[in-house]
Amino acid sequence: MGGAGSMWDMEAARAALPVVLSGFGITLLATVLGFAVAAVAGLAIALLQRSGGRRLALAVGAPAAFVRSTPVMVQLFAAWVLVPGLDPLVLGVLVLGLHYATYLSEVYRAGIDAVPKGQWEACTALSLPRRRVWRAVVLPQAVRKVLPALGNYAVSLFKETPFLSVITVNEMVHEASAFGSTHFAYLESFTLAAAVFLLASWPTSLLVRRLEARLAQ
Amino acid sequence: MTDSGTAVFLSELGRALPAIGEGLLVTLEATALGAALALLVAFALGLASRSRLLVVRGAARAVVEFLRGTSLYVQLFWLFFALPMLGFRLDPMACGVLAFGLNYGAYGAEVVRGAIAAVPAAQTEAAIALGMGPVLRLRRVVLPQAYALMVPPFKNLLIQLLKATPLLSLVTVADLTFRIDQLRSATGGTAAAYLLLLLLYFALAALLGAGMNALERRAKARLGVVSGPGGRGGPRAVRAVPRAGRAGGGA
Amino acid sequence: MPSDHVPGAEKVRFDRVTKRFGDQTVLDGLDLTVAPGERVTLIGPSGSGKTTILRLLMTLERVTDGVVHVDGEPFSHMPSGPGGALVPADERHLAPRRRRIGMVFQQFNLFPHMSVLANVVEAPRHVLGLDGDEAAARARDLLGLVGLADKEDAHPTRLSGGQQQRVAIARALAMRPELLLLDEVTSALDPELVAEVLDVLRDVADSTDITMLCVTHEMGFARDISDRILMFDGGRVLESGPPERLLDAPEHERTQAFVRSIT
Repeated sequence: MGGAGSMWDMEAARAALPVVLSGFGITLLATVLGFAVAAVAGLAIALLQRSGGRRLALAVGAPAAFVRSTPVMVQLFAAWVLVPGLDPLVLGVLVLGLHYATYLSEVYRAGIDAVPKGQWEACTALSLPRRRVWRAVVLPQAVRKVLPALGNYAVSLFKETPFLSVITVNEMVHEASAFGSTHFAYLESFTLAAAVFLLASWPTSLLVRRLEARLAQ
Repeated sequence: MTDSGTAVFLSELGRALPAIGEGLLVTLEATALGAALALLVAFALGLASRSRLLVVRGAARAVVEFLRGTSLYVQLFWLFFALPMLGFRLDPMACGVLAFGLNYGAYGAEVVRGAIAAVPAAQTEAAIALGMGPVLRLRRVVLPQAYALMVPPFKNLLIQLLKATPLLSLVTVADLTFRIDQLRSATGGTAAAYLLLLLLYFALAALLGAGMNALERRAKARLGVVSGPGGRGGPRAVRAVPRAGRAGGGA
Repeated sequence: MPSDHVPGAEKVRFDRVTKRFGDQTVLDGLDLTVAPGERVTLIGPSGSGKTTILRLLMTLERVTDGVVHVDGEPFSHMPSGPGGALVPADERHLAPRRRRIGMVFQQFNLFPHMSVLANVVEAPRHVLGLDGDEAAARARDLLGLVGLADKEDAHPTRLSGGQQQRVAIARALAMRPELLLLDEVTSALDPELVAEVLDVLRDVADSTDITMLCVTHEMGFARDISDRILMFDGGRVLESGPPERLLDAPEHERTQAFVRSIT
């Protein structure tokens, strides 16, 4: 280590911890709300693409593909300029949520496609109404199959919440950054932020993997 | 946008074109270097996590979990802001390439591991029956088949990596986002600049996707699997080979 | 060809070999000797351990207990230390010995990323170290032998099952094995494709002196090529003898029942 570098400063770390943790609340909130938006909007996109006509499928699918293959950070910038006056957290949750909705719509679609054809045929044979077929037969099986994938995306969204700091949301990394610059303690504040991410996402990933193994049986 | 606003935007855009071109090159460079490093990391960690030695396997797993669990955003900021405090200062571009390579390499390691595991055990058995040693089996039999399974997920990771490159603009690298943000300031903060930026990224992603689709088609053709262009190739696609593997019982 | 084994002139010897998978015993203290050049067919109900014998010889499984000898020396084990006590063989011990053994699988297991010719060239070139021309010449000879000279550029998955299995036979023979293991090589084939594969194997049996160990349900084929047939049941040899005796006048009731059930 060069002479220019200071080493880990325990005092600074102790001071940074409450600041970082205070931002963690916003991070969690953004994760939960963002994923709720993603889960609902993603399902809507998948259903519109799957159950509507060809034209509707394209009208929904093309914008979804555009959102999916462009950077969420630039989307945040664009939304920030296009929709002024909205609370940054609300705006951030909507943009991040819609971005992930375009991922989740693909996940739902794969799950719907994985429901055996015989299930549809059985519903036809029973003359079940269309709504009932989706709600009672297809979606429960489809969603169950894709639960682990949804979990993985939730963890992934959690790790992308720092992007919200570019539109001034006071989430954890924003707080860490601010503390780092005022106290010249980036090492301590960012290391703590990284540790919090690891401590929160790793057990969640393990849970998702357990779920995956159980559903695979 | 008003008509005069449009005119201002277009004339400023014309003036900024060379700078935007440079930014585009920087973005492409970061994507290419990051992807190259990620590929290296993916194979190193992916092969190590299949090692027979528990220590090697465990270490590889731990590194993968660490790199995946700590958020790319934080990793980049840590390299850029925190590492200098330990006395190491990296060029901002190097910070980006390192963060992209390590983070996406960790995700890629799971792809490599999974693809190798998905090659039927009977293929390895046939190679053993022909007297091939472990290295030869991996190189000549397992990896060429696993490769076809890796291409589609690698395509997703590559596009994810491209979409992460605007982070560079936050650490002073003059990438595409950085240049267009300058254009936006010069044109009085209109959203048109960002819409243009989104279109540019969309085009880049489409190009990369098309390239990877071509690779996928070639890989599948070599395995004798027929599929539509860019078809969804899961592990199932390789099962054109007769189903393999006999569980313990024997005849 | 000898059907009684002479000590010292043995290609394969199983010495009290036991193989367990979990708590299931597949082979139970098996003794078995095969003479050089001998053709031995293993029959018996499924789960009786026949395929396991082939897989142990091909080192795809490890013995639980006992020792497998090949060419009069330990194969599954190797002498170690000054006392020469037998310990489980390592890769260095197995590699050179394994090259003398070839195997044809029930599911062919051709390499799907290689052409027919490349499948047959692969091992001679990269395991035996032959140069490209020599390996290709050898492969073409063998593809001619199995009647597929015109398919060398074809992709394996484009071939019928019978054709794939003939490629697999050529691939195994390209290593010039001294011992060839045939594991239910026609079981995965449609009935009309069985004959073409068995005809090729009859040819191989007639024109070479390769020692063959064969697991099959094709009794006509077994009768044609075998010097000796072993009836397996419950991980042990129930009875053995030349095909005429074992198939036409079996001593054991279980053998009678089994032979009746598949012919």
